[in-house]
Amino acid sequence: MTTTERNTGDSGVVALTARDFKGAVDPDWCPGCGDFGVLNSLQRAVAGLGLQPHEILAVSGIGCSSNLPGYFNSYGMHTLHGRALAVATGAKLANHELTVVVTGGDGDGYGIGGNHFTHTARRNIDLTYIVMNNQIYGLTTGQISPTSRDGMKTKSTPFGSVEMPVNPITSAIMNGATFVARGYSGDVRHLTDLMTKAIEHKGFALVDVFSPCVTFNLDNTHNFFKDRVVKLEDEEHNTGDWKLACEKAMEWGETIYTGIFFQAPESVSLGRREPVLDEGGPLAFRELGLSEDQANNIIRRMM
Amino acid sequence: MASNKYDLAMGIGGEAGQGIATPGDILARIFVRRCLHLYTYNAYQSIIRGGHIFLTVRVSDQEIFSHGDKLDLLLCLNQDTMDRHLNLMGPGSRVIYNGDNITPGDVNDGVHMCPLPVADLSESRNRLVQNTIAVGAIMSLMGVDFEVLEESLSLRFQRQGQNVIDENVRVARAGFDYASENFVPYYDTLPDGGKPLAVWAGNDAIAMGGAAAGVKFYCAYPMSPSSGILHWMAANARNLGIMVRQVEDEIGVANMAIGAAHTGVRAMCGTSGGGFALMTEAVGAAGMMEIPVVFIDVQRAGTSTGVPTKNDQGDLWQVLGASQGDFERFIVAPTSALDCFNTMPELFNLVDKVQCPAIVLSDLLIGEGRFSVDPDDINMHPHIDRAGLITEPAPSNGYMRYENTESGVSPRALPGVPGYVHVVATDEHDENSVLISDEFTNPLKRRMMVEKRARKFQDIVKEIAPPEIEGPADADVTLLGWGSTEGVIREARQLLAEQGVTANQLAIKWIVPFHVDEVTDIVTRSKKVFIVENNHSGQFYRYMRSETGLSVDGHIRKYDGEPFMPHHIAAGVKELLAGSTEVFVPDQEVIV
Repeated sequence: MTTTERNTGDSGVVALTARDFKGAVDPDWCPGCGDFGVLNSLQRAVAGLGLQPHEILAVSGIGCSSNLPGYFNSYGMHTLHGRALAVATGAKLANHELTVVVTGGDGDGYGIGGNHFTHTARRNIDLTYIVMNNQIYGLTTGQISPTSRDGMKTKSTPFGSVEMPVNPITSAIMNGATFVARGYSGDVRHLTDLMTKAIEHKGFALVDVFSPCVTFNLDNTHNFFKDRVVKLEDEEHNTGDWKLACEKAMEWGETIYTGIFFQAPESVSLGRREPVLDEGGPLAFRELGLSEDQANNIIRRMM
Repeated sequence: MASNKYDLAMGIGGEAGQGIATPGDILARIFVRRCLHLYTYNAYQSIIRGGHIFLTVRVSDQEIFSHGDKLDLLLCLNQDTMDRHLNLMGPGSRVIYNGDNITPGDVNDGVHMCPLPVADLSESRNRLVQNTIAVGAIMSLMGVDFEVLEESLSLRFQRQGQNVIDENVRVARAGFDYASENFVPYYDTLPDGGKPLAVWAGNDAIAMGGAAAGVKFYCAYPMSPSSGILHWMAANARNLGIMVRQVEDEIGVANMAIGAAHTGVRAMCGTSGGGFALMTEAVGAAGMMEIPVVFIDVQRAGTSTGVPTKNDQGDLWQVLGASQGDFERFIVAPTSALDCFNTMPELFNLVDKVQCPAIVLSDLLIGEGRFSVDPDDINMHPHIDRAGLITEPAPSNGYMRYENTESGVSPRALPGVPGYVHVVATDEHDENSVLISDEFTNPLKRRMMVEKRARKFQDIVKEIAPPEIEGPADADVTLLGWGSTEGVIREARQLLAEQGVTANQLAIKWIVPFHVDEVTDIVTRSKKVFIVENNHSGQFYRYMRSETGLSVDGHIRKYDGEPFMPHHIAAGVKELLAGSTEVFVPDQEVIV
């Protein structure tokens, strides 16, 4: 059994459209939620790449946005709060031919899962990590998140937050991520393009997405973003320059940049550095048990 | 004092960094090559340099199951060792030490003091040379031919080159000759039982058992005393095609193993109690998503950071209570290194069949102890049964990952296989994986799914061999233990028999599922039942009582960080029979 067969047009595999990646049930997100645009973009991206549902594993944690695998037609894992990257790493190493996409929110990824975010980035495992960043905890009815702005008033900060937010873009770059991008769910065409490039990237790819929570975050709304977002490619940004990328990522005023901030020119993913995966296909489909030689060598070393 | 029976325990003591492991390793290999049985226990501390390390190496021409009750030979690498242990040395024992800088205190009658003039013998400034001189002397006292030691030293220092080999052989020879001329040997000759044995630690055995069972993914965060599993796996990963990862924390470890297991490999991960605490949420996640994965807890003395290098059976209730809600999981406590090995293939077949997590409860004693094993007893090609795992494509067929079947076990297809696309979820879900936790909450479906999962375990106990009573059926006393105490209880029974008390034993390995009927039957038929366990509160007793309603006649518990010695248990049995106490706690004779 192989999972590498791609929809190349002459393989006899029927070409799929974004609609074919619609899941079994409709999203239960609030009307107007930014996450719809993210789901829509992901469906378009994988269809555009010619992927089949069985070739993809969508892994999420817990939160509104982490319900995405249920609304997306592929293999999926809806795991624990904050643990999606760890689960996805294990899954990808066990079957490195799967296209593994991790989805979740800012609390899930940058808060409770922060440790995994750091280490998954530096491992450079070939995952695409899409974070629906709404700067708020929505499913728990509105408390500050790790990306909430200084001074933000929420149920847990009625007098305004006195903590500084994390910057996902500079964090990811500092942690060694080899593809770091930011999108806006109000611009599906641009977001689809970013996701496509992130999936094609060989290594850890972060796509942080402004995905407004229309119910609990009255600061970072569609109105807030739509007049501020500026595409980096429109300014001919050099994606190989990580220092410049960090400068652009710190910009948070009348201009807020989206696009690819940084892409390491030569990324070698964890899977490609690990000789165990060199030959024999995915570990998951290899024969179990030891050969006579392997068994004898183990015993010999104990004598 | 030449004897027909060859059974000797030696203690090697010094501080961390003095190279105690090297003579220990050399000695161990010499003995097992001659088919002598070996049981070692290393008492050490969480320190890289200094402290007091005490390695007990017991060898015998008979099978042995503990590090024994007494020392026949003491090698002092520093003054501290002499001061701590000399008073425990009895008539006929030998005490070897560097006579240049170590002075004995009060010596018991009949102890042979064997000072070595290390400076004269070595003509070297290398501190570690005293170890090799001492090994030479020990070999002489134990009746080993020098050629055997020479061969062993050559192998040991092979990688460091001929000069190092020559230097070690030279000083070993000096120590050997000096001892032959000046000391009375303990044994005249080293017996040769014929076929060589092998040496392993319980941690090696767990790793090997996993590899033999087809494990292709292992991950861990370093933690004593479980790191030996990680080290074995890392060393063998590339030869055996196993993905081995050191992860940022145990939360990541557990979840990574789950991800790998879901994708289709046999996966396991290891830690000790504190790390397992971080894994607990993931154990339940594997239960809810119905993913077969194995968690290993090599117990050490808690609570909290506790005593990282000391032994305890204190994690039973932690693993019993790991994760919220009701869910199905195996809990098994292997009784020896060989049992560690044999448990793994059986356990992987079970978790594949039932699609649930499992927890292995080992401990420092068997995890880090090194033991001889007959290589013919190690089945490197065990039966592997993946229980109908779906790995071949199928046309769209209305597949439901969590189909409500009679057995409770639903068909499991691997991600990547065309025709079976599905989502697994830690939220409660319907048969077809749609979440029923949020929008589609439904009491009937929730009940159905809880019962479906529970049915998987309904009859599973019947597929696992029940514990059996060992020893005379009409014994005065039944000693009931679990996990690693099996061996020392066996030797305590021999000791008791010599003292006129007949004892049999019931060694419990499977905690969940628990053989309620068989255990109840045995316990109610026994004259007196005493439970032996390495913890303070009687964790196993309380669990057995909760499962069976049984009570017992007395308890022997040890929770000072050191494992039981046979005489501790024998003394406890006599105290309990005399009725002087209900809970006997032996004193550890020496501070190690």
